[in-house]
Amino acid sequence: MSTAPYLRFQQIGMTFSRGGTSSEVLRDVDLKIDRGEFVSVIGHSGCGKSTLLNILGGLLKSTTGEVFLEGDVVDAPGPDRAIVFQNHSLLPWLTVYGNVAIAVDKVSGKTRSKAERHDWVMHNLDLVQMAQARDKRPNEVSGGMKQRVGIARALAMEPKVLLMDEPFGALDALTRAHLQDSVMDIHARLGNTVMMITHDVDEAVLLSDRIVMMTNGPAATIGEVLAIDLPRPRRRLDLATNAEYVRCRAAVLEFLYARHRLPARAA
Amino acid sequence: MTRTAHALPAPAAAGHAVDAPSATIVALPARHVRLATRLAPALSSLAARTLPPLIVLVAALVGWELLCGHPGARLPAPSKVVADTWDFIVDPFYDNGGIDKGAFWHIARSLSRVAVGFSIAAVVGIALGVLVGQSVWAMRGLDPLFQVLRTIPPLAWLPLSLAGFRDSGPSAIFVIFITSVWPIIINTSVGVRNIPQDYRDVAAVICLSWWEVFVKITLPATVPYIFTGLRIGVGLSWLAIIAAEMLIGGVGIGFFIWDAWNSSRISDIIVALVYVGIVGFLLDRLIATVGGFVSRGTTAN
Repeated sequence: MSTAPYLRFQQIGMTFSRGGTSSEVLRDVDLKIDRGEFVSVIGHSGCGKSTLLNILGGLLKSTTGEVFLEGDVVDAPGPDRAIVFQNHSLLPWLTVYGNVAIAVDKVSGKTRSKAERHDWVMHNLDLVQMAQARDKRPNEVSGGMKQRVGIARALAMEPKVLLMDEPFGALDALTRAHLQDSVMDIHARLGNTVMMITHDVDEAVLLSDRIVMMTNGPAATIGEVLAIDLPRPRRRLDLATNAEYVRCRAAVLEFLYARHRLPARAA
Repeated sequence: MTRTAHALPAPAAAGHAVDAPSATIVALPARHVRLATRLAPALSSLAARTLPPLIVLVAALVGWELLCGHPGARLPAPSKVVADTWDFIVDPFYDNGGIDKGAFWHIARSLSRVAVGFSIAAVVGIALGVLVGQSVWAMRGLDPLFQVLRTIPPLAWLPLSLAGFRDSGPSAIFVIFITSVWPIIINTSVGVRNIPQDYRDVAAVICLSWWEVFVKITLPATVPYIFTGLRIGVGLSWLAIIAAEMLIGGVGIGFFIWDAWNSSRISDIIVALVYVGIVGFLLDRLIATVGGFVSRGTTAN
């Protein structure tokens, strides 16, 4: 077992049935992710990339195949696979602090004292630079700040894998860039294993160690995996003219728009 | 708004207002003017809100006085109502034993019945609403029943509950309960069904227990719906108690009205109606205020 990968998707298939019709979303998805690796999954909308993340998160049960995390089968949601949701999913009746504390109190209620839990909440809010807004409610802060709190909540659970479902999709370009830098910084400091769903090519190349490119559905699967051989820390300004960056970006674009162009229906 | 308001008067007073070059605006920071002009909009908005209802009220009273002021009118005019009932109005706390009590005691008795019946309805209604909202099978089984039962007029339950309880006190409370429980159940279940999937996902990832999900997610997310149901419910129960008290007798504003009719004290009836209306309005505002306070922040996303 010592040679087993940290995280493994084994022959994952997913078929949704509703009424008499069934649609196959994923087929034969095989993927291994190492500890500390930052992996992005990219593909056109409808390719089942969010479904794949939800299977890892335990929110969906795959029709065929299994996911293994440190050798254990994943079959239910849990804080070891904390999710940063696309639309932040903060609870609007709790403060910024409360939204992180609800997770911390539950996940480490037995292992930490009350004071330690408070410190841990504040530490994670500090990490995303939201400590000064701790008493605000979600509707009093901007979209980018909400997503920061969503990230802090996920990080505070000390997950084995951090799952991010198009975390910056709903943000404007400047805020998105700022948050991407924050995530890179946090990843460099904490060395989390991250699986991120995205449809943004630049984001994928900038953040990832590897990019998993999905073919189009139905019955989508992994088309290609691209290793991004760029040294860290990465700075977006330097990368714009970097040959490896340009090559990777071109490779992803080529995959998405030349070989696996989305049929006209979604345009 | 206020800032432009305090800047404008001076140029306007000087004749035709210049179209606001910024230099003129900076030039007049007089303290007392500022306070007065800052109060003026607040006062005028207060007046704008209170004047129309006052005018309508006065017009209605004048119209009523004109219609019923002549001798031989079947209903008393407002001036006669006040004259007839002056003792009753100025001393709401008298108690001559039996049902000869001041308005306060009648209303308090009616309110206490509503409080008991409505509290039971709130607890049962929220519990059943959560059950129906969360379980598809409970909904399929119970919802048709609720939809039929809720259309039964409150007083139709009274004979049945008198037969069951053999006592007027619990019967009145049961009528309150059965009247106000339906909107609470239905609104709560709609609220539970409308909880965003995201919140459930968050709860699943954190691994909250069944009870924690109920207390930390379901209840707060449903609070605005629950209070909509409570507001409708308290209004209905106030409607029902007046009618029920007319039938069961004893102390209570409903029987007071019926008793006044039997003794031809029409002026007393009119005063009692005003009290009933005001108390009903206050009950509604009370629930709305509590709801607004409890559910602050829950609706915005």
